[in-house]
Amino acid sequence: MSDQINSGRRKIVVITAAAGACAGVVAALPFAATMLPSERAKALGAPVEADIASLSPGEMQVLEWRGKPVWIVRRTKEMLDGIKKSDGQVTDPKSEVDQQPDYAKNEFRSIKDEYAVLVGVCTHLGCSPQLKSAETQGEMGADWAGGFYCPCHGSKFDFAGRVYKGVPAPINLQVPPYTFLSDTRILIGDDKKGA
Amino acid sequence: MAATEKQPVTGLGPLNGVVTWVDARFPLIKLWEDQWGKYIAPKNFNFWYYFGSLAAFILVLQIVTGIFLTMNYKPDATQAFASVEYIMREVPLGWLIRYLHSTGASAFFIVVYLHMFRSLLYGSHQKPRELLWVFGVLIYLSLMGEAFFGYLLPWGQMSFWGAQVIVNLFSTVPFIGPDLSEWIRGDYVVSDATLNRFFAFHVIALPLVLVGLVAAHLTALHEVGSNNPDGIEIKKQPKDPRTGLPLDGIYSHPYYTVKDIFGVVVFLFVFAVIAFFAPEVGGYFLEANNFIPADPLKTPLHIAPVWYFTPYYSILRAVPPMFTSQFPGVAVMGAATMILFVLPWLDRSPVKSIRYKGPIYKFALWVFVLTFLLLGYLGTEPTNVWGQTGAWLGNVERATVAARIGTALYFAFFLLMPWYTRIDKCLPEPQRVTWK
Repeated sequence: MSDQINSGRRKIVVITAAAGACAGVVAALPFAATMLPSERAKALGAPVEADIASLSPGEMQVLEWRGKPVWIVRRTKEMLDGIKKSDGQVTDPKSEVDQQPDYAKNEFRSIKDEYAVLVGVCTHLGCSPQLKSAETQGEMGADWAGGFYCPCHGSKFDFAGRVYKGVPAPINLQVPPYTFLSDTRILIGDDKKGA
Repeated sequence: MAATEKQPVTGLGPLNGVVTWVDARFPLIKLWEDQWGKYIAPKNFNFWYYFGSLAAFILVLQIVTGIFLTMNYKPDATQAFASVEYIMREVPLGWLIRYLHSTGASAFFIVVYLHMFRSLLYGSHQKPRELLWVFGVLIYLSLMGEAFFGYLLPWGQMSFWGAQVIVNLFSTVPFIGPDLSEWIRGDYVVSDATLNRFFAFHVIALPLVLVGLVAAHLTALHEVGSNNPDGIEIKKQPKDPRTGLPLDGIYSHPYYTVKDIFGVVVFLFVFAVIAFFAPEVGGYFLEANNFIPADPLKTPLHIAPVWYFTPYYSILRAVPPMFTSQFPGVAVMGAATMILFVLPWLDRSPVKSIRYKGPIYKFALWVFVLTFLLLGYLGTEPTNVWGQTGAWLGNVERATVAARIGTALYFAFFLLMPWYTRIDKCLPEPQRVTWK
């Protein structure tokens, strides 16, 4: 045994070991890739398109996206006024809690004032609330400006999905990512143009 | 040739021949003697030295009960919950195997927490046992992963929403978060794909890692030798001329073999009482909500992790969102576990055992233990459990304030350690262990 190190051979050993380590990392990639959402999962979770051409003012349309109901409400002038009126009665009037994309963090929590797009799942225990128009004051109380009411535990939301004070639900209804493909077509689940 | 130089094995009666034959071809006697039979341990082990062997016992129990559970369990979102109920109601003695496994999970953490506390008492993490401690922390972290993956498998409400909350923690990581959590779940929500992969991690990946780490932990232990309640190194003592052992050293076998078996028997008394008469332990070992099948459209009123995670869950909740992100809380919670790795280098005390450490360390350790228990309790409750403070403190939740103070104390114990262990007034260590 000589205590002299053959630096040329040592260099080859280091290079081979480094190359082997690289190969190891590359070999791990296919394994990691199998853990990504599968084609079937992607298809089931794909964005859904809504045709809102036939939606008349004051009406609501429900469709399913990723297993949850999504509401599209065409809001009238009175409904929008009702949202303004409820500013003092809701927990989070400025939508500080992150329950909406940035482009829906505004007065009416929507891209276009006229159309509300909301995930119809109560933030309390996940029941699906019902639409209660302003005409239901007899049932909902004299100052009811219209909105959504959860039959399970009595949570109330206005037409922007903002939660009223003093009800079990802690935060506003979720606004999903969405985009207008045209004036009458909404894509829910994706906010990148041309998707 | 080494094989021919070995002495024939004696003292095993009719087995002498067979063992001699094997030992000539495999280092059987050497393995036994190095790892246990002739392993020299201090003679003054006390109560706190039961928990290492108990942890090993529970590991075996979990592996064996786990194997038999997989024979009837179905890792499929449409069948998982029903298959667990099938095990409970229709498989002969299936309920027993399942309760042993679920009680074993909590028992594992109780034993491991006491085992870690022993180290804080007697300085078992201090030089030369730093690496032994690091292997131990790795075992603890793997065990947390193992418990987390396993908890999803019954596919109850708490399984589902607990996993949902924990996986969502990863989505708070800046930039890559949402993609990362999607990759962990394999879907946009916790789903069949998630259940299937958690099953794979729970029954094969992490158990292999755990067994490997335990082997490393024991190899490191038997290399450096056991610490003891006096924290002195028996290897440095002169040898007893009659036995050739250090003055305070004895063979593990048969002395500690007998001691550890006694410990296992006492443990099994307590364990059996729980497994047979109160396997849910008031909702702490098995949460009530988990007897409801997972429902992705219905969130339980109050989502609490199982008790062994609650100190860290409290720390997570104590940190308020910053820059509209929950990530600071996640980072602080991560730091609370990672800081365990550097404990051996934070501890600058010249002595190991609490018997000779000064008053500051004794005080700090008690505060730490109470803090850990407080955080653990708070983590099982909603944050409004103690109501709100008066207006003079801004109407904040009392429990949140307590959790914030607890979080600060948790980190203070570690981060101030280099300072307070150095200025502490320690007593001189004795030459011999304390022995009546």
